[in-house]
Amino acid sequence: MRCLAVTLPGPADFLAWRQAARGLVAADIPPEQAEWVVAGDMPGLLAEAPAPPPSAAPFSVPRAFLDQAEIAIRHSDPERFALLYGLLWRITRGERHVMQAATDPAVIRLGALAKAVRRDAHKMHAFVRFREVQAEDGARHIAWFEPDHHIEEAEAGFFVRRFASLRWSIVTPRRSVAWDGAALSFGPGGRRADVPPDDATEPLWRTYYGAIFNPARLKPGAMRAEMPRKYWRNLPEAAEIPRLLAEAPGRVAAMAALLAPNPRPQRQVHLSAPARVAPDMRTPIEPPTDPAMALAALREELLARPDLPAFSARATQPVFGEGPVGAALMFVGEQPGDEEDIAGRPFVGPAGRLLDRALAQAGVARSEAYLTNAVKHFKFTATGKRRLHQSPDAGDITYYRPFLAREVTAVAPRLVVALGATALAALAALTGRKLPVLKTRGQVVTGLTRHPVFATIHPSYLLRLPDEGAQQAGFVDFVADLRAAAAQAAA
Amino acid sequence: MELLRKLEILADAAKYDASCASSGTSRRNSLKGGLGSTEGSGICHAYAPDGRCISLLKLLLTNACVFDCAYCINRASSNTPRARFTVQEVVDLTLSFYRRNTIEGLFLSSGIIRSPDYTMEQLVRVARSLRLDHGFRGYIHLKTIPDAAPELLAEAGLHADRLSINMELPTVAGLESLAPEKNFSRIRHAMAGLRTRIEGAQDELKTARRASPQKFAPAGQSTQMIVGADGADDGAILGMAGDLYAGYRMRRVYYSAYSPIPDASRLLPPAAPPLLREHRLYQADWLLRFYGFSQAEILAGGQGGMLDLEFDPKTAWALQSRQDFPVDANTAPREALLRVPGLGAKTVERLISARRHSRLRVADLARLRVSLGKVLPFLVLADHVPRGLDSGGLRDRLRPATAFAAAARPVQMALF
Repeated sequence: MRCLAVTLPGPADFLAWRQAARGLVAADIPPEQAEWVVAGDMPGLLAEAPAPPPSAAPFSVPRAFLDQAEIAIRHSDPERFALLYGLLWRITRGERHVMQAATDPAVIRLGALAKAVRRDAHKMHAFVRFREVQAEDGARHIAWFEPDHHIEEAEAGFFVRRFASLRWSIVTPRRSVAWDGAALSFGPGGRRADVPPDDATEPLWRTYYGAIFNPARLKPGAMRAEMPRKYWRNLPEAAEIPRLLAEAPGRVAAMAALLAPNPRPQRQVHLSAPARVAPDMRTPIEPPTDPAMALAALREELLARPDLPAFSARATQPVFGEGPVGAALMFVGEQPGDEEDIAGRPFVGPAGRLLDRALAQAGVARSEAYLTNAVKHFKFTATGKRRLHQSPDAGDITYYRPFLAREVTAVAPRLVVALGATALAALAALTGRKLPVLKTRGQVVTGLTRHPVFATIHPSYLLRLPDEGAQQAGFVDFVADLRAAAAQAAA
Repeated sequence: MELLRKLEILADAAKYDASCASSGTSRRNSLKGGLGSTEGSGICHAYAPDGRCISLLKLLLTNACVFDCAYCINRASSNTPRARFTVQEVVDLTLSFYRRNTIEGLFLSSGIIRSPDYTMEQLVRVARSLRLDHGFRGYIHLKTIPDAAPELLAEAGLHADRLSINMELPTVAGLESLAPEKNFSRIRHAMAGLRTRIEGAQDELKTARRASPQKFAPAGQSTQMIVGADGADDGAILGMAGDLYAGYRMRRVYYSAYSPIPDASRLLPPAAPPLLREHRLYQADWLLRFYGFSQAEILAGGQGGMLDLEFDPKTAWALQSRQDFPVDANTAPREALLRVPGLGAKTVERLISARRHSRLRVADLARLRVSLGKVLPFLVLADHVPRGLDSGGLRDRLRPATAFAAAARPVQMALF
């Protein structure tokens, strides 16, 4: 068996490796017959032979392999080239989807190499510390860093994007990278002594590091897991660690001893607290003399009620009605939804937008109507990123009914439109009958405030209809209801 | 006062805010001028011996405060030394640290001085100067004062990547007793206002109605709750967190175990809660958001509204839900695998990919570095059927070797 020594020009030259590997595959050289060498490294003991010429016919390999291989090739493990070629060989010899075999040892090894390189790059982004040097032609920033792998070229771009307006260089044992404000250049490695030992700002940075540390939560193991000791000698702040660790127990003990001897007298509250309103509201009160003031008082009262149902504590705010006092039409929905709760206004969510469309088609100006809800707080269950509407129960409706009654009385509309079952139940409860919406829609019943109540569906009912045809037909019916209501109010 | 001393006081005063995330904002660089970049993932430039990441220069503009929140070192009645930075000093420190690659940007907060508007304006001035005078492209997180004027909030969101308002305590009663000047509903209002602006800016970006859509806090909002300073149990904390994620689209809710502070108020409990409780809350938070668990399930693993301190919440739940196990690694759907103790989201993806090619065996799991002791009692493999799922001894077998070992495990979570 003859072995071929393939010489690559650099330790992390993916393009060169790719070209050579392509040639080897074309020449049908199995992995065990290829020896990979980096130019300038110790030549292998194997007979030197020219690599086969690059194949004329490139072949495709899965993206998953290329993405990992391009990163893993920067690893310092001398076996990396062979590992990559071994996997490439299998991909081209019947195991095209080998990368999906996530528990295959070679696939795991490739993943581990790539992960180590990514971590090394991440630590380079994090732990490079520039020192500022003033020269005749302005400031330069110089850093010494010791990466584990061949990442200098690959990661230079990160520092260019971040510090394009500075002039900087990063020196490592193997390479040096320099940016002059316009172009990158790479040179040979250097020594730690090539970089200035400190910088005028370092005392400030070390002070910050010490001050942001909380001695009451000592977790040196967690620190070392993310900032291993090998980096410490190049991190100026790490010099503080022994002192911080040593002083921590004493500082905590001193804190415990310094407990304030007595609680201080309760100080005056600086910001105004909402006034508590005492009178019970369960019986409707006399018609107010000034309806606008009555509505404003109702709103204030709702903010401060000490006996609100428990779910209201999870809402952002009570959502009160809006619209002109004395509006001919008053629309009453069920309860505010997610968007209404956030905005503090009724009918601004999906159902509200649908209502807007229907009102426009029915020729009713929203700004001339009064819109509100039977229940004034959003009741929901939180699931992940959404709050799902929960229907108010009979108790909730009963609790808010006096508020609604006073609201209707203050607005004094010619016709109240009940949108959906909850509104109808809240408004028409004194009739002593539970009224099904779909049977009652289009009819006028007498409400608890003796105002006529026109029943129709809630626009969210249309949003829940499964198919578009039914939605459109339902929308047409809804607009017809609104038109009928408007005609009644004008009569 | 000397700058070094100010820095010492105002960094010390800022350290009780747990947030250090610098990720998830818009991508920027300084190729066309300015200084700095953000590339999606955050960077932790150092770690302190408390195990916490140092990503941002975390400062208070001043630690003078008119509020008297019992848990806070900077409360009006505390004897802590006071200091105040000028706007220029914070700007200079940020740029100087950034140029040396020690930070990703600035997290600026402040005690309330004079008025909410005045305080917010000072914070905004720092951000404005960094962005407009110095072309700073790094990360800025501003603490938001709930009652500040809308135009100040608008400008804060224009310059900052993230805004945050701390919930502090999960119950109205807790907030009223420990933070008398703060107001539950004002905090919620302010969070709702931020959600409206953040989503408005996202919508504008998506629909591109304008050539240069107005920006508003592209990394969203976050908040923090203090654990163990009041009587709220884990159920109340997780319930509030769930409401905050769902209602105000929080990117993160941070849990901060109440930590002893110098000159502590008598209103506080004498002993700090175990850090492990904070850790368990973060684990539960993760399971709720990314592993399909419900709050009721998570709490069922513990007792009386508190999470089990001895076991992680997934294991604790599994021990209570043995009827759901064993799960067959070769056939179970993703959702079922995510519920197996010891299997993380990444491992589950690998298993699902690998089982299309061959039947999964114990050795496959070992190669993926899965903790076999934890997983095998719950998982069926081609060459393994668990025994003793019903036995009382399972709990003992799964117990971490020592409580200390369990407590000492690193807490650092992936950050958004």
